[in-house]
Amino acid sequence: MATIQIKAALPSLPDGWSAEKDFKPVGSLSQPTSRAIEPVGPHFLAHARRKRHKRTFSEDERIQASQTVKKTEDEDAGEISETEDPMMLQREAKDWKQQDHYAVLGLSKYRWRATEEQIKKAHRKKVLKHHPDKKAASGKDENDNFFKCIQRATDILQDPVKRRQFDSVDEAADKEPPSKKDIQKKPGNFYKLMGPVFEAEGRFSKKQPVPLLGGAEASKEQVEEFYNFWYSFDSWRTFEYLDEDVPDDNENRDQKRHVERKNNNARKKRKVEDTQRLRQLLDSTMTQDERIKKFRQEGNKQKNAKKAEKEAAEKAAKDDAEKKKAEDERLAKEKEVADKAAKEEGKKAKDAAKNAAKKNKRVIRGAVKDGGYFAEGTAGPKDIDAALKDADEMIAKLDNEEVAALSAKLQGKTEKGAIKGVFQEEAKRLVEGGKAKDGEYKSLA
Amino acid sequence: MSAEDGGEESSRMAIGISFGNSYSSIAYTVDDKAEVIANEDGDRQIPSILSYVSGEEFHGNQAKAQIVRNPRNTIAYFRDFLGKPFSEIDPTACHASAHPVEHDGGKTVAFSVLEKEDSDEKSTLTVSEVTTRHLRRLKQSASDYQGKDVNAAVITVPSDFSDSQKAALTEAAKNAEIEVLQFISEPIAALLAHDAKVQLSDAPAAPQDQIVLVADLGATRSDVAVVASRGGIYTTLATAHDYELGGANLDKVLIEYAAKEFLKKNKNASDPRTNDRSLAKLTLEAEAVKKALSLGQSANFSIESLSDGIDFTLSVNRSRFEMLANKVLASFTRLIESAVQKADLDALDIGTLLISGGTAHMPKVASNFQSHFPESTTVIAPSTSPTAINPSELTARGAAIQASLISGFEQSDISENTEAVVTVTPHLQNAIGLVTGKAGSEHFSVIVDAETPVPVRRTAQIAVKDGGDVLLTLAEGVREIQVTKDEKPAANGTHSDDDEDEDDEPEETREKVWKAGKQLAEAGLRGIKKGGKVEIQVDVAVDLSVTLVCREVGGKGGVRGTVEAGKVEQNGKA
Repeated sequence: MATIQIKAALPSLPDGWSAEKDFKPVGSLSQPTSRAIEPVGPHFLAHARRKRHKRTFSEDERIQASQTVKKTEDEDAGEISETEDPMMLQREAKDWKQQDHYAVLGLSKYRWRATEEQIKKAHRKKVLKHHPDKKAASGKDENDNFFKCIQRATDILQDPVKRRQFDSVDEAADKEPPSKKDIQKKPGNFYKLMGPVFEAEGRFSKKQPVPLLGGAEASKEQVEEFYNFWYSFDSWRTFEYLDEDVPDDNENRDQKRHVERKNNNARKKRKVEDTQRLRQLLDSTMTQDERIKKFRQEGNKQKNAKKAEKEAAEKAAKDDAEKKKAEDERLAKEKEVADKAAKEEGKKAKDAAKNAAKKNKRVIRGAVKDGGYFAEGTAGPKDIDAALKDADEMIAKLDNEEVAALSAKLQGKTEKGAIKGVFQEEAKRLVEGGKAKDGEYKSLA
Repeated sequence: MSAEDGGEESSRMAIGISFGNSYSSIAYTVDDKAEVIANEDGDRQIPSILSYVSGEEFHGNQAKAQIVRNPRNTIAYFRDFLGKPFSEIDPTACHASAHPVEHDGGKTVAFSVLEKEDSDEKSTLTVSEVTTRHLRRLKQSASDYQGKDVNAAVITVPSDFSDSQKAALTEAAKNAEIEVLQFISEPIAALLAHDAKVQLSDAPAAPQDQIVLVADLGATRSDVAVVASRGGIYTTLATAHDYELGGANLDKVLIEYAAKEFLKKNKNASDPRTNDRSLAKLTLEAEAVKKALSLGQSANFSIESLSDGIDFTLSVNRSRFEMLANKVLASFTRLIESAVQKADLDALDIGTLLISGGTAHMPKVASNFQSHFPESTTVIAPSTSPTAINPSELTARGAAIQASLISGFEQSDISENTEAVVTVTPHLQNAIGLVTGKAGSEHFSVIVDAETPVPVRRTAQIAVKDGGDVLLTLAEGVREIQVTKDEKPAANGTHSDDDEDEDDEPEETREKVWKAGKQLAEAGLRGIKKGGKVEIQVDVAVDLSVTLVCREVGGKGGVRGTVEAGKVEQNGKA
């Protein structure tokens, strides 16, 4: 808050005015009104800070001032504060191909990760420090070699194409793959040591972000994605940076073309080598990757389990079929036997019945004879004929059982009347049963 | 907050959004200076309108053009419906566009539009969904412009935006993947932007203590706030709102005029105001003409096939428009007058009148206000002050400044800062100052103004011409309006505006006079050099104890003493 300038004049001290330490409190302030202030603007933030931390004006000013000082110091000390290698400072500017541009700008811990903003800032900072005019002013030698190095480094790093070319061959950013021995030292070493290798390798990918190796507990999908990505790696890495200088005099065009061709071939060769190198790296990684083994084993196990299951199922099905077949055969056999037996039985019974019937019929015919051929007195041939005919007809109308019953009735009967009575009864039964007509058996009448 | 702060803070990309009922703006800060972002059409004021044409979404000015052809699928003026039940909204503004419908049992408002290309089925978009889409488009524009994904914002809202409306807006913003850092009220945002500009151009000190009247004159509504600006801390003393007064009323005046002229020229044509499409064309053109008249002395209506296939051209000059709009302009003046009265203040108390919103471009609005207020009041508008910020951009810029200030803070920090514990502060009832002048003809010089939140610290310097011993009397001061009747009307001829007060009573001269009230303390400073200066520092603590430190500039020692805030006061007053 700016100081208020008051234009009016102050009254002079009245005579005899005195107070302790020249200050005399008289009254106090009127009651305040409570209002909400708008939580907006830098001055409010200061107010809120004071209020929340219960600071007075002067305290707050002091704290804020000390924080500001600290912050500017931090900013200065930030990213671009690497110590400069004295050897690097001695570099010849013409050897720029061999120089580490990131180190020159003090960005060696960022390298390909350095943003454009950082490069710009680093450049500014280095220029401020190493500008030839400054050196001259401080009375040192006027050698501007390192300044030229800085300019060259900035030129290359600020041009995206040139920067990629340099990044392609920036060995300091490469991570050597670890030896097998190192990996086998400790179980987790594989992920710890191989991870950064792929991270560094991933900077060449046209597709970003790059899937990383991950840890031991990565899922199968992740691991598969990783290997799929890396086996079809699309790299922007080029090797122009290592080209031999092409002579640009017009006189020797053949020489020029020759060098160009040589360069082209060298680039292609390096590119192929690089691709092979990556492929080999991947192959060795894959063979050492415990997860792949694990997944394969798991896969095999699953496969085996499935196979076993399938076989068991097949076997069970086969067994079932065989059992069924056997059962069927057995049943068929049994049936056959039973049929045969039944047939024979039937035949026997039939024969027996036939015999019995024959016997019964014989009994009946005998009875007819015993009954004197149903005739009164001695039977003439006519009577005999008729009686036998009637008896035969009757027998023909009776089935085996009736014949048996009839013969049983006649058994033991010798008296003529009784025999005739039995026959008459039988004839009557037949007539009643509707099998014979009334008066059919004339001999019995 | 510089961009290279690093850490988690840098992942938050904050902008300021001014979300208006008719226009929205987005702004960001670069090197502590706020800049308004133009969207992909190059518009800095983006109409808050969405339109759906055969499955495609139009936004901004492209959508606005659709009001003529495709009014039912064009959603406009939806901001004020947010977070309100259907029964409480005023759908008048939407007459020419999609009509709001009841949704969710009347709890919210929705619009029913043909959104998809191939189906004839209308889809219902809640006002929250519409807002989300609108904010998403704004966010997209800002992200495209910045090249970084914007994910946080400070949004300006009217000073009477309720908590439920704020909650609904937060929700809608969240769906658009914008974290709302803070809501700030539109007048305060405008003032913040204005003060930031003043600070950049002048000394890097806090703005002067004064009372500022911020008039936010929008298209469909006007809001006025009386704000006490004390060392960069703002306290709203009173607000006034008119939901039916705004730039649209000025458009209406032009529409009426143009329609009458049209009918005069074409006796047999039908009235363009009765046909929706003609009216929409006329409305769009009237707005353009109004804007043109704010810049130039005359402008042309030029509408093809306004009504019955008849083309229409009409030239309007500024004075005619101002004459026609007199009634509307008077209501603007009445509105700010009512706000001053509400705050219990006099026109003389207003140090600055800041006009924001699109209507502020109109020169007559500013000159009307200037003539209504005394000359001590500075009116800030493009026509009165060449350094004034574009009034349409004020609120967005203010929001952007606030966003840059707080984007580094945790959300919890921000909400803690805006809690009542921090914001509610005792404000001085009376001014504190020095009694100056010879005995008998005392004056009162203000050091700390009334309505200043405590704690406060102010420093003043006063020249002592003659040197020697001086008496410093610290007292409370009371502002009085002194009215002296001026008996010479002829002298008033110098006043430029001789509107209708020819037959007025003798002119009155009104003056603001400070009277010393209750004395607080006395201090004696001895042996001041001739032509020396005395510096006085007044420090009012939260408990209302006043510490006075006075010393001679460049001298040693000095007097220091504290006036306790005591029971004396309470007893005395009671």
